[in-house]
Amino acid sequence: MKNYEKLLSDLAPQKFGKKGVIWTISLVVLIVLGIIAYIDQIIRGQMVTNMNDYALWGVYISNFVFFVATSFVGTVAVAVLRLTNNNWRTPIVRIAEIIAVAAIIMAGITITIDMGRPDRLLNLFIHARMQSPITWDVIIIPTSMMVCLLLLYFPLLPDFGLLGKYYQDTKPTLSKWYKRLSLNWTGSDAQKAIQTKSIHIIAILIIPVGFMLQTIDAWLFSTLYRVGWDSTNLGAYFISGASVAGIGALVCVVYVLQKAYKLEDYITDLHFDKLGKFLVLVCLIYLYFNLNEYLIPQLTSKKGATTHINVLLIGDYAPLFWFVTIGGLVIPVIVLLFKQGRKPLPMFLIGLLVVAGSWWKRYLIVTPTLLHPFLPIQGVPEEWRHYFPSLHEWAITIGTLAMALLIITILVRYVPIVPIQKTADEQEALELNKTTKS
Amino acid sequence: MKNNNTNSRRKFLDKGLKLGLITAIGAVGLTKIASKLNAKTNEGSTGKMELMTTDGTIIEVDSSEVMEMDHSKKQPHEEAYDVREGMPNRKFVMVIDLAKCKNALKCQVACNKQHYITGDHAWLKVYKMQEDADTAPYWMPTTCMHCDQPACVTVCPVDATFKRRDGLVLIDNERCIGCRFCMAACPYSTRVFNWKEPNQGEITMLMDMENQTEHHSPEFTGLPSVKGTVDKCDFCPHAIKENVLPHCVTACPNGVFYFGDKYEDTVTNGEETLRLSKLLEDKHGYRLMEGLGTKPSVFYLPPVDRLVDFKEGLESFTDFKSVD
Repeated sequence: MKNYEKLLSDLAPQKFGKKGVIWTISLVVLIVLGIIAYIDQIIRGQMVTNMNDYALWGVYISNFVFFVATSFVGTVAVAVLRLTNNNWRTPIVRIAEIIAVAAIIMAGITITIDMGRPDRLLNLFIHARMQSPITWDVIIIPTSMMVCLLLLYFPLLPDFGLLGKYYQDTKPTLSKWYKRLSLNWTGSDAQKAIQTKSIHIIAILIIPVGFMLQTIDAWLFSTLYRVGWDSTNLGAYFISGASVAGIGALVCVVYVLQKAYKLEDYITDLHFDKLGKFLVLVCLIYLYFNLNEYLIPQLTSKKGATTHINVLLIGDYAPLFWFVTIGGLVIPVIVLLFKQGRKPLPMFLIGLLVVAGSWWKRYLIVTPTLLHPFLPIQGVPEEWRHYFPSLHEWAITIGTLAMALLIITILVRYVPIVPIQKTADEQEALELNKTTKS
Repeated sequence: MKNNNTNSRRKFLDKGLKLGLITAIGAVGLTKIASKLNAKTNEGSTGKMELMTTDGTIIEVDSSEVMEMDHSKKQPHEEAYDVREGMPNRKFVMVIDLAKCKNALKCQVACNKQHYITGDHAWLKVYKMQEDADTAPYWMPTTCMHCDQPACVTVCPVDATFKRRDGLVLIDNERCIGCRFCMAACPYSTRVFNWKEPNQGEITMLMDMENQTEHHSPEFTGLPSVKGTVDKCDFCPHAIKENVLPHCVTACPNGVFYFGDKYEDTVTNGEETLRLSKLLEDKHGYRLMEGLGTKPSVFYLPPVDRLVDFKEGLESFTDFKSVD
């Protein structure tokens, strides 16, 4: 029990310091700005965006794809590491689950921002048609939202129980809430058996659900004729890209939380080292699919494909393309191959680079393709041949990103970021091992 | 002997049942007839009624002649028409003769006017086409292709855009959620979006005057356009119904557009009426992007033996603007 005292005082959610408060307030300000911009968009219509009849999707869609991709961290970091018995995952799974929940909630919200008639949202259910990939999305997004929430919630039960007891005297209201959320967790063998089984089912379930989510997201594009989207590679391409985005985001958040909450005892260099190697692996896989996506059409040199790819390689989008490819994939792989590169600080910087690269990558998947339709763009204003988000679009997009960060921040404030019970169990097992050995 | 006995019994039962059924039906029938007779005799001598005929004169009829109409059942000619099914036994097609087009743009002007199209969102476009420096340039008008395998309809999540039996692909802009997936799906870039409240000044006024604010029919796109929804060429079913050709067909001074019915195998540009199959065979008709498998309803005749020089059309060609 002594052990628990130390663990609880270390790992129980803490009040924000000055920095935390400033951080939260600035997020709220950004969100409010985004909401104001969105209300204006509803009143005046989507003319406030820079989208047009050719660039008919823009930053809203690419931002949506980014959120969907980031939510894949729940599948790749939690379920895959669990199934492959990678025990180092314990202190970071909770963080991964929190990111997944925030990202999938935001994915659901951002897709409605792009709708011309959000007031007709219910038509998606009333008049749903199964052959439309959007209907598949309408089914899979709430499903994975539920699965992600449960994957966060089930392992939390014992921790909520512990916290309920821990705060009993000091903070009675908070303690009551924790107790309520713990569903009367007592830690009995029967409860433990049910909990273990449920977690196991959810952890397996999230793998097909996560794969379906990413694949359907890819099919939103690959079911269309457009050059750059009409590719059989796209499902696998999106899954591997989502792994990169997810792990990148995980690295960043883990670093910030380790520093903010002084968790160096629990989240150690070893964890960064392992995460770094994992990131290299997923980056290499994604690079491989990138090669398939760009190199082969370029070699075959169909006219539409070369036009599209040349815009990326040497045309208008070349700076962005090379930033995303070199900065977002090649440099991370090179840096993380060195042991020094896998130390926390360089990992954090690389993580930021990867996340930025992943975000712009989605932009590059959505926009350039639309600007090269099959028939030439003629008889429309000159500015319709280009697309760059308007002030409204930026305000709203930044608002959604801030909202994702706020969800993470709130969860981090009230939920123990490192699983307490599990850490205790593992420490106990370790002690037991030591004593039996000696 | 025993066998025989059971057989006859069965026959008896069988006959009895049939007889019973017939009596039952007969009885029901009789009561019905009786009640009708009753009704007649009841109303037989109640006198005369005054009625107004369709041309406004008052006539007098014996009230026994008057029968109440059952309004709960639709009359056969009324119930037939369903906007999502379309006109029965028709299949509309268009043929565009590229040899005749000189980019006069009268089609676009007429279309924009008749459908109250605002801004630069013209549905009908005339492209300056030249696939390669070594190939000949030509003018190519495009409407909605009204594909038989429409990609836009496949991806629509709410069935707002639909394919009808008469070949038309239309949009219900009262249902459209504005996701623009259909626009991304269309390889012919034919669809446009109402990014803002469409400023259709003239028509909004007109509709207010005629109290037609609730006009919305997928058969007359643009009347009115709705903010946040998709519009496109509708092949003018509102005109076809009145036996009038689509506006682009009648507006074209060069007879480029032929419109007609595939089942009747005829198309007309207003001046000449031709056999569709023969026209396509003689002039090597083709469809745009056949390789995609969309099966358009619009056929093109190649720009051979041109009546006018391509360059003449350059005068009215504007790269960055659709006509107002």
